[in-house]
Amino acid sequence: MAKVVGDIAVNIERCKGCEVCVGVCPQQVIGMSVEVNGKGYHYAGPVNDKCTGCENCALVCPDGCITVYRMKVEVEQ
Amino acid sequence: MEKTINKEQIRKPENLVYRRTPLLVDVPLSYCPGCGHGTAHRMIMEVIEEMGIQQDTIGIAPVGCSVLAYDFLDIDMQQAAHGRAPALATAIKRLWPDKFVFTYQGDGDLAAIGTAETIHACNRGEHFTMIFVNNGIYGMTGGQMAPTTLPHMRSSTSPYGRDVEIMGFPLKMTELITHLPGTYYVTRQSVHTPANVRKTKKAIRKAFENQKLKKGISFVEIVSNCNSGWKMNAVQANKWMEENMFPFYPLGDLKVDGQIVEKK
Repeated sequence: MAKVVGDIAVNIERCKGCEVCVGVCPQQVIGMSVEVNGKGYHYAGPVNDKCTGCENCALVCPDGCITVYRMKVEVEQ
Repeated sequence: MEKTINKEQIRKPENLVYRRTPLLVDVPLSYCPGCGHGTAHRMIMEVIEEMGIQQDTIGIAPVGCSVLAYDFLDIDMQQAAHGRAPALATAIKRLWPDKFVFTYQGDGDLAAIGTAETIHACNRGEHFTMIFVNNGIYGMTGGQMAPTTLPHMRSSTSPYGRDVEIMGFPLKMTELITHLPGTYYVTRQSVHTPANVRKTKKAIRKAFENQKLKKGISFVEIVSNCNSGWKMNAVQANKWMEENMFPFYPLGDLKVDGQIVEKK
């Protein structure tokens, strides 16, 4: 059986910490960091491995700082 | 047993499914955190990238928050005087009928000082695309009341809410121009959820494709948030927009292929 796994890469210095991506993620993957970036914003980032690469977060990110990767992996039953 | 896949295995160029389009210049956008302008910019540039018309597109930057759009969009841009973007687009489109011309305007630009230019360009049936970002407020100058401000909505110049007896009613520009014979495609969209972003991209794509037909203006209104002007955070602003803006500015197509869409 094939399973889809994804990952997001956030451009930390471009993230303005608006948190719009957090609410649209169906898998609750995204959380805000405790640290701040160069401009003083708490930036977004993945907090678990449940990402399916659905692109929702990247579509709503106003600053376009999320890059999405997706691959299929074969899982043995 | 499930094998663990590390992030290096997923983050490979062949697995890339979404990235910021290279047609947006690689600089930080000057907008507030969570502002819909950034998403609207990206959707326009993705459409231009998909259509392969980067060399043939001329954009008109307005006055307002998006006045610096020419710094962000990697296409030929021209800056118009406040509200005069449709007039400038008319000139450009008539001189280069085969170029793709679009204006990008906010509500203070298109619906206030530029009302005459907007209505007359739509009435003449020019063949360019207008992108209208409506957030119901003058964002750049500090959240003053705009023609599109909702009744009883607070702004810095209507601190007790917009009193329609003194300040008049909000102007529904999109409904107004729908009934002009020069418009070919009129729609209202938003960019606050993934589904709406996808719909907006389709609408912008259709608006650009319509320029080849030369049958009139394609007008895309994008209802957007202004979290700084509304004094909320981005997530609250999007929720407030759904609850208050959308009942007054309902989303959907108003005119498709020259035919007014009847509301059921």
